[in-house]
Amino acid sequence: MDSIADLGGMQGWGRVRVPAADEPPFAEPWEGRAFAMTVLTMGRISGRNLDAFRHALARLHPVDYLVDGYYGRWLHAAELMLTDSSILGPGAVDARARRNGGETVTEPGVPEPDKPDYTPTAAGSLREVEQAPAFAEGDAVRTLDLHPVGPTKLPGYLRRRTGTVTAVCPAHVLPDTNAVFAGENAQHVYTVAFTSAELWGPGAEEFTLHAELFESYLEAAA
Amino acid sequence: MSIPPDRIPPALRTEALEQLLTERGLVDPSVMERFIATYERDVGPLNGARVVARAWTDPGYRAALLCDGTAAIEEMGFSGPQGEHIVVLEQSEEVHHVVVCTLCSCYPWPVLGLPPSWYKDPAYRARVVREPRTVLSEMGLDVPPERRIEVWDSSAEVRYLVLPQRPAGTGSWDADALAGIVTRDAMVGVAEVSAA
Repeated sequence: MDSIADLGGMQGWGRVRVPAADEPPFAEPWEGRAFAMTVLTMGRISGRNLDAFRHALARLHPVDYLVDGYYGRWLHAAELMLTDSSILGPGAVDARARRNGGETVTEPGVPEPDKPDYTPTAAGSLREVEQAPAFAEGDAVRTLDLHPVGPTKLPGYLRRRTGTVTAVCPAHVLPDTNAVFAGENAQHVYTVAFTSAELWGPGAEEFTLHAELFESYLEAAA
Repeated sequence: MSIPPDRIPPALRTEALEQLLTERGLVDPSVMERFIATYERDVGPLNGARVVARAWTDPGYRAALLCDGTAAIEEMGFSGPQGEHIVVLEQSEEVHHVVVCTLCSCYPWPVLGLPPSWYKDPAYRARVVREPRTVLSEMGLDVPPERRIEVWDSSAEVRYLVLPQRPAGTGSWDADALAGIVTRDAMVGVAEVSAA
């Protein structure tokens, strides 16, 4: 989907941060707790998966995505997944936080859980597939003009662009369907190289951009 | 679009969520603490630095690492989430590699730990796929104009580790000493390793 999470090529962000040496993994204690709660509830409690988590990130309101930083994003996505699976009632976290702050708020009751019926066919996301890869190293390929309402791992800036396959990667579960529990649809993944002029026009800085793209995102280029 | 004035700060939201989950026995704070400590103490860029230092001192290992990064890294004991399929990119006089994840902030956790703030920042994610030389320069790395830049957007499940160039003047150093100078940022491609 076209969401705030799909940032590649977007302009107007200003300068990048200069790296600081010895930055701790968590700047504040709540970040570590948000991280741990997200990882520990993602599969075991909400019954969801990593692709669903990334799709939850992509469905956040831009304010929730941007204002609280990376682990804030995780926290909002964890809440969304727990709410999607009816582990939490809608608004439960808000209500509790306001009560903790001394407001008189009625908290929603505990709902009946409604988790996806999903068991992965193997650990992780690598899978064996029987079909031979449709493309080979050196092939010219063009990305399709996909604008799905649901999840996709085809970044917006890589639509309708012609590149060259530089590697055929092992097959992976397709996040587009796996994130919404519509099947793993494992398929081949290709590393595709694009020139910067193809992506950004003739005035672009000169460089090569490589991305891994699922087979269903590609067609043979003429 | 505006930010509501009564928006709950993330620290308070986290506290509220943790209360709701622990009251029902869905998460255990002591398990959470062990999990946090693992990522604070055990899983970090020192793992990647050991891989790089070994590649610099053992040509056979370097060849194996460039051929099958996942297997060579696993051989050193580093595997786990976000490390199922790792490809190693070698810096040279001809090419400079830099890695990003524009769609989220995917990162090779087993070798580099959790990503640093600059990597997760929208400015880096948005801009390094459009004007990498400018971005690298803002980060303090001026890539020589004759060196080609290759940007890797880890948009699927492949994770990348950059093998930096070994700095001059380290010919007599052993792998432990070399691991001490390899930085996280050099293993993503936004810095070089210096012997100083």
